[in-house]
Amino acid sequence: MKAVYFAWVRERVGKPDEEISSPASVVTVGDLLDWLKGQGEEYAYAFENAKVIRVALDQMHVKHDTPIAGAREVAFFPPMTGG
Amino acid sequence: MSTTIRIQREDFDPQAEADALTQERNDVGALATFTGFCRHEAGALSALELEHYPGMAEKELQRIAGEARARWPVQGITVLHRFGKIAPGERIVFVAVSGAHRSEAFAACEFIMDFLKTSAPFWKREHKVDGSSGDWVEAKDADDKALERWK
Repeated sequence: MKAVYFAWVRERVGKPDEEISSPASVVTVGDLLDWLKGQGEEYAYAFENAKVIRVALDQMHVKHDTPIAGAREVAFFPPMTGG
Repeated sequence: MSTTIRIQREDFDPQAEADALTQERNDVGALATFTGFCRHEAGALSALELEHYPGMAEKELQRIAGEARARWPVQGITVLHRFGKIAPGERIVFVAVSGAHRSEAFAACEFIMDFLKTSAPFWKREHKVDGSSGDWVEAKDADDKALERWK
């Protein structure tokens, strides 16, 4: 699955995107956030307050309890501030 | 009538965009437009830098425009949003809605802006006059609260 990061999440992770491969025990978006947190200190920093992180699967907003199965792209970003 | 969504680095001409929704038509009774600008924040801000999620930003604006159409019998909808560095006084965003009557044009225009603020994937970073940069603008509770009136 391709992971993409935006705004301060991108800066904290240190890259705009990457391929990730999570274990089978990762079922939901929330599980994925928990797993990512353990992938290094930059991830721990980016996702330290996981509640505030917004997530999109294949460019559609989803909640943290949404299953990730079948998604090709997952995006992580802060609350939006456009307009 | 059509929906036009554009996400672009360059500036736009609000009058030309408004005219495009009304010219050569005799069924438009109302045109509501909104233009959002970059403020200088008491002289401290030299620019805003707008980042977006290419692909999703367009999709999300299309989705919001579609929701507005499901609520009100509007005619044309145009939503433009810029990205990149934008200086105080420059335009950032533009929404125009045409309709037979003012009530649906006003309402749909506000609805689109309210949802754009909270669900279109754009993020603002501040650049200060003193040369410092890096502060990401924080989302405002007031923007979330603005959605409640549309429930």
